Amino acid sequence: MTRDAKRLSLILLFAPFALWILLLIVLPHIGMVALSLREKVAPRIYEFGFGNYIDFLNEPIYWNTLLRTASMSLLVTALALLIGFPIAYYIAKIAGRRARGALFLMCLIPLWVSDLIRAFGWILLLRQTGVISSLLVWSGMTDEGIEFLYNDAAVIVGLVYTVILFMIVPLVSTLDGMGDDMIEAGYNLGGGHLTVLRRIIIPYAMPGIVAGCIVTFMLTAGSYLTPILLGGKNSSWFTEQIYNQFITRFNWESGAAFGFLLLAFTSITVWLGLRLSGQSLANTVART
Amino acid sequence: MTTDDAFDLECLGICKDFGAFRAVDDVSFRIPSGTFFSILGPSGCGKTTLMRMIAGFETPTQGDILLKGRSVLSVPPNRRNVKMVFQHLALFPMMDVYENIAYGLRCAGAGKDEIAGRVADVLTRVALPDLARRQIHQLSGGQKQRIAIARCMALNPDVLLLDEPLGALDLKLREAMKIELKLLQHQFDTTFVYITHDQSEALVMSDYVAVMNAGRFEQVGRPEELYHAPKTAFVAGFVGDSNRWSGRALEVRADGIKVETEAGLTVVATAFGDGAISAGDAVEVFVRPEFIAATRPGPDAAAPGGNTHSGTVDSVLFNGANSRVLVRSPNGTMIEADVVVTGGGNDLHEGDPVRLDWPFAQTMCFAAGGA
Repeated sequence: MTRDAKRLSLILLFAPFALWILLLIVLPHIGMVALSLREKVAPRIYEFGFGNYIDFLNEPIYWNTLLRTASMSLLVTALALLIGFPIAYYIAKIAGRRARGALFLMCLIPLWVSDLIRAFGWILLLRQTGVISSLLVWSGMTDEGIEFLYNDAAVIVGLVYTVILFMIVPLVSTLDGMGDDMIEAGYNLGGGHLTVLRRIIIPYAMPGIVAGCIVTFMLTAGSYLTPILLGGKNSSWFTEQIYNQFITRFNWESGAAFGFLLLAFTSITVWLGLRLSGQSLANTVART
Repeated sequence: MTTDDAFDLECLGICKDFGAFRAVDDVSFRIPSGTFFSILGPSGCGKTTLMRMIAGFETPTQGDILLKGRSVLSVPPNRRNVKMVFQHLALFPMMDVYENIAYGLRCAGAGKDEIAGRVADVLTRVALPDLARRQIHQLSGGQKQRIAIARCMALNPDVLLLDEPLGALDLKLREAMKIELKLLQHQFDTTFVYITHDQSEALVMSDYVAVMNAGRFEQVGRPEELYHAPKTAFVAGFVGDSNRWSGRALEVRADGIKVETEAGLTVVATAFGDGAISAGDAVEVFVRPEFIAATRPGPDAAAPGGNTHSGTVDSVLFNGANSRVLVRSPNGTMIEADVVVTGGGNDLHEGDPVRLDWPFAQTMCFAAGGA
């Protein structure tokens, strides 16, 4: 009786999740894979084949874009970690109890504004007639305005700004779980600042670091708005390529293949990262 | 300033202020080599702050700390040869037992073979030779304790600080660890400074105990001294159990001070501590339950030099060898006395009339509010 009730409540609780996974994740992806394996042989005539994938390999601009997206995403992830770690450490370990909440809230504020608005904020700052350029002209450091937009640096700055919160949150929660006595013990047993950081704080925070890196890497590699708006025509982001296939060229087969390739590529990168850091997905996700 | 190599640790006039609050107030002591020294005090008395200053995590506002005769105030915590067992042990969960112990040796720049030798040696000495490759979460509470000590002792510290490490253990294990800690201290022959609020831990293990209250040392002495010859009312009340009565000195006699308690009980007490007591002074009187003999009222007269009172048994607190009776005297004062409960017909029961006797000499009287 109670066992049945338990089972029923489990099923009821599990049902929305199962539906979500099935309808919104598994089914569309099966559709994508099926779509991507159709080759167009004549107008409205399709055949099963790997043509779309072979096209991708034969066209350097495609896989170069993918590699470029991946390497820039890795750079953004690394930068987010480098900038985010001290911030997270400050929030979790140094700030007082009251300051902690306020600081955390300040990290969250950018999320209240839409992606689009945030990107336009950067445009206002960085464009040739923007705030920074005008300031430089006004102060006499340059004669005419400088265009800060539409280069890789602008894309990276914008992306780091967008994703850093997703690095800070898991880091704060793991660092928060580390007692101060752990750090003090590290010093007490003879470790210097660097040793304590390297042998105690970072290994302890590793699950948080890995979780933060996975999320930021995935978000960056899959982002569309920020690279397009800040990088302009030169951004060559892989999501832009997918968009072009689907919308501009109306080549859904090829777009689906690209979409699937992006998923496979980022998954392999994450898997490699997990292997290299000696963490398991369950460990990092469960801990944060 | 006199310094001597015979003292592992000396604190000279240590003060520590947190804003306007003085956490540690003019504490001075020296610990001879190889002793087990406890600092006993209620929570918030400044004992942890004192320990953190010795370890180097806090800087004293005033005073000096000497290790083996050398001032260590300018030495950062990682260069002081004082190791610390933290309250929650602070073993590194991401390392196994071997790596936990090796960490300090690596920091000291020891070679690979030396580390392996030292780790094996220290694990043998704490009687856990086979646990080197165990993960921390696989250890029992007592094993963690010993590994935390081993991790420090592998570095041959001048002084080992222990910050209430038994607090998290259950009662049975705590009793066993008390004895074990004492044995470990003998084995390593290192000075242990042990911080606790549990008087039984301090009394059982220590060679010397310092009783700390409100940032000051009330008394430093051997456990027996603290128990039988407390210098202040605080020590008398904090160390061991006692009946405690506030009252007023009626007259100062040759054999003691006659005191009337607030409830109206008249006892003769012996002056303890430094404060002189004259007639009319407010006083505090302490009598330990084991010195009060509770018997059935009989014809025999009171022994000379002893207080005698009668009352009725209010309740019997059975606790094996530590059983106690609560006696209500005619004026309503509750008096605790130790009794032996044999289970036979002679035992005291609730409502029985009872006679209480205790010597003047064991009735400790302190000037109230004084030092």
